Amino acid sequence: MKAQDTKTTKTGVLKRIAGPVVTAVGIEAHMYDVVKVGKEELMGEVIKIQGENIIIQVYEDTSGIRPGEPVINTGLSLAVELGPGLLTSIYDGIQRPLSVLVDKMGDFIQRGVSAPGLDHSKKWEFGPLVKEGQEVGPGTVIGEVQETNIVHRILVPPNVRGGTVKSIRSGSFTVDEVICTLDDGTSLTMMQKWPVRVPRPVLEKMNPTVPLITGQRILDGLFPIAKGGTAAIPGPFGSGKTVTQQQLAKWSDAEIVVYIGCGERGNEMTEVLTEFPELEDPKTGKPLMERTVLIANTSNMPVAAREASVYTGITIAEYFRDMGYDVSLMADSTSRWAEAMREISSRLEEMPGEEGYPAYLAARLSEFYERAGRVRTLGGKMGSVSVIGAVSPPGGDFSEPVTQNTLRIVKVFWALDAKLSQRRHFPAINWLNSYSLYLDSLQEWYDREVSPEWNSLRSWAMEILQKEAELQEIVQLVGSDALPEAEQITIEVARMIREIFLQQNAYDAVDTFCDMKKQYDMMKAIRQYSDLAYAAQNAGVTPQQILSVRSKNELPQIKFIKDYVPALAKIQADMEAEFNALRSAA
Amino acid sequence: MKEYRTITQIAGPLVFVEKTEPVGYGELVNIVLYDGSIKRGQVLDTSDELVVVQVFETTAGIGRDSGIRFTGETIKMPVGRDMLGRILSGGGKPIDGGPEIVPEKRLDITGAAINPYARGSPNDFIQTGISTIDGTNTLVRGQKLPIFSGAGLPHNQIALQIARQAKVPGSKEAFAVVFAAMGITKEEANYFMQDFERTGALERAVVFLNLADDPAVERIITPRLALTTAEYLAFDLGMHVLVILTDMTNYCEALRQIGAAREEVPGRRGYPGYMYTDLAGIYERAGIVKGKKGSITQFPILTMPGDDITHPIPDLTGYITEGQIVVSRELHRKGIYPPINVLPSLSRLMNLGIGKGHTREDHKKVSDQLYAAYAEGNDLRGLVAIVGKDALSERDRMFLEFADLFENRFVRQGYTEDRTIEETLDLGWNLLSTLPVEQLVRIDRDLINKYHPKFRQTAKAEG
Repeated sequence: MKAQDTKTTKTGVLKRIAGPVVTAVGIEAHMYDVVKVGKEELMGEVIKIQGENIIIQVYEDTSGIRPGEPVINTGLSLAVELGPGLLTSIYDGIQRPLSVLVDKMGDFIQRGVSAPGLDHSKKWEFGPLVKEGQEVGPGTVIGEVQETNIVHRILVPPNVRGGTVKSIRSGSFTVDEVICTLDDGTSLTMMQKWPVRVPRPVLEKMNPTVPLITGQRILDGLFPIAKGGTAAIPGPFGSGKTVTQQQLAKWSDAEIVVYIGCGERGNEMTEVLTEFPELEDPKTGKPLMERTVLIANTSNMPVAAREASVYTGITIAEYFRDMGYDVSLMADSTSRWAEAMREISSRLEEMPGEEGYPAYLAARLSEFYERAGRVRTLGGKMGSVSVIGAVSPPGGDFSEPVTQNTLRIVKVFWALDAKLSQRRHFPAINWLNSYSLYLDSLQEWYDREVSPEWNSLRSWAMEILQKEAELQEIVQLVGSDALPEAEQITIEVARMIREIFLQQNAYDAVDTFCDMKKQYDMMKAIRQYSDLAYAAQNAGVTPQQILSVRSKNELPQIKFIKDYVPALAKIQADMEAEFNALRSAA
Repeated sequence: MKEYRTITQIAGPLVFVEKTEPVGYGELVNIVLYDGSIKRGQVLDTSDELVVVQVFETTAGIGRDSGIRFTGETIKMPVGRDMLGRILSGGGKPIDGGPEIVPEKRLDITGAAINPYARGSPNDFIQTGISTIDGTNTLVRGQKLPIFSGAGLPHNQIALQIARQAKVPGSKEAFAVVFAAMGITKEEANYFMQDFERTGALERAVVFLNLADDPAVERIITPRLALTTAEYLAFDLGMHVLVILTDMTNYCEALRQIGAAREEVPGRRGYPGYMYTDLAGIYERAGIVKGKKGSITQFPILTMPGDDITHPIPDLTGYITEGQIVVSRELHRKGIYPPINVLPSLSRLMNLGIGKGHTREDHKKVSDQLYAAYAEGNDLRGLVAIVGKDALSERDRMFLEFADLFENRFVRQGYTEDRTIEETLDLGWNLLSTLPVEQLVRIDRDLINKYHPKFRQTAKAEG
């Protein structure tokens, strides 16, 4: 792995220190070279070259560092180690395992400690999948390691030309040991390094046609995201954004989850760190952590590492995609990432763009989201990276630059609404402002996998909700009794859709995940009430009688019942009977 | 120690010094005035040619003849067991006439970030005795829960009531209060001090006072000194520490002042672009460390300029802290104490500290139901203003009445009234029982049967 070497190392001296940005002179450097700063060898990255002044952002606290201390250029770009051992790991923004840091420096993050991303002493059982004499190229799977319950496929790195396998062995190896050699003399290990700021290459990008099922009714049912798609969750603070993201991480049907806590709260990160290992994967029954990589760079950890954390995360996600897995990546929050960029930019005294953000903000955001996608990998497999980015608009103002630039790129928008969360309507996603541009490309999947009726049922629900919003304006003025009879029923049906279908309790053991079949059944039952109600109203039954049908009051309980089918069937039969009685009485 | 007399420029709180030996970033600086008195500062920017020093006190008296001494170390705080019961200035010097602190340790005031992996999960319920907090915005140990208030609202009373009543039911562990005042008036400070003395809380408190007429720049270090002390008490001595920081708005103003003096590119409303990171460096120092006995729980208080919750100070704070308690002018005008508006209030860690084994199994659902019903009733008030009460449906009228009842019975309580969590939850049930049972859609049947006053009575009658 010499590919990242840009030139031989050199030593210079520090000239100026102002917070996380320092200036060095007397070294040869290229942009984004990783350098070691000061006597304690703090890790930094070259971000600007100005004559002989090399400007470096430092990933650790620079207190006490003086001008004149040495600076060493490693000549490498910021790269992550990719190989067995990634899963279940918890990293900081520059892929240092947090558990190793605790062992090395105690409960608080001190500086000047380096730790490799992978455990280099651990042995993994490697089983080859290619034979001597076989042709391999970039992306070819040469063998497998049973890492957790996930099979870690060992790939020929994208930057190796490939050739004929000269030797390959099976057995127990560390990530540094050579497991395979090619005829051109290349030797391969189970580990590859990849510079985080460079997207890993693929054969071709495909169209997204399969939804990422999340078990959250408002998402799967109304505003689905495709595998390989991009979504944004903007939310003012306190609107339940974090819980929504954690639900996605827990329940989405991606095989691998990469969760980036970027500028997150420490205690919430701890909640994730303690909860994930205990959570059971609904599909395998194994701990969820076995298919998860966590990156935790809390808000008080160094700002430059926060800037890097997003790249570290997506590079790891791309690596698993290259094995042919569906990966979902959550970045919470991209606003903190943008703010890190702003902070560093202002220390560089760059000309600020809108609201002090650097002029390249939009470019950086779109580069990042463009690394999502459903692809054919170099090895010919299908894989995907779905990116779900949280945005935290200051003051809940969606017109600010980070939200606006994000919305221009992403295809799905889940509009969290503080008003809904105040009413304890969770997930507090506003059904009127949210959208998904994947509906058309996913239609076929829903027809085939759920029911040919689903798409029309969805449109019907959206129509009712839209209608309700209009009616509510009238109700605000004249009260609900003044509405025509049919519209009083519409209001009631909309309320049922909101309270039964849209509201979902993340903390209830059953309701936390709702598969498409149950979603369909629930929506169908609401539709049934609606049809019966309108029919009854036409037959002369009064709205008061229709609204007081008792059996429908049992519907919300369906959410909390695991084997809901008999209970739901009973409610549906009861509704039928009650309406029959009403109609015959009328 | 070498003394330089090479000051080239003094602007606001900043002093520029030329031609020095290499000076470390963040180093503590002593500035010697012509009369021999010493002012303290910190290095903000260092290079071979120029060092920028931020002075923590007024720059009055500093001139080009002043001497500059670089101490070679970052700012450290002497901490010791005997700090409890002491009153210190915003810069950490005793101002109660007592002796100097006998340091057992000298700690860097910036504090290192707790490794997220080493953090303990905060899940010990703290009972504050205030229903709107315990019942619907529960506080847990290790949380940072700010009070968002406005000028002229009783946030100080609320903070004091919490400091006085806060306890973990059934626990007798050592606990302490660290109180840091930034730019508050002498009168307000006295109010706190008298209450501390009256209730005997002072013995287990460390007080830092930076008053309104103290140098604004000193406010930058006051919370850091307070939290360094808190960390020592919590993680070295194993105490449960409650930190009250008031008023964070003044802190942010000081931050802006320095940013402007440094001619930095300003962010929103003139506050520096790094204010989020800076505030995080303060608020994130709350928490629990796995395997250590103590904890730090933070109660920052801030007054929202113009009661505007979207102002950068409450906004950025809300993004870092685990929720917020919002004090409402409207409720205050109605004469309700504590005027806590539960609707925009939130405790993000609530779910970790409630339920079976912590408080009571019905807590979560009761809280949700109270919230939902109050929100609905509150919305209807707008409608009533337009169409009048008579135009409402019977259901709507019940919710409207519920909202009034909620404010008058649940929110309102005495300044010394200390409700247990059971009392709070039962009160919640009593209020909910004024609504028809089928409207309680957020509570499952089992809990209704067990706790709803109506069913409880029938169950008792049958039993």
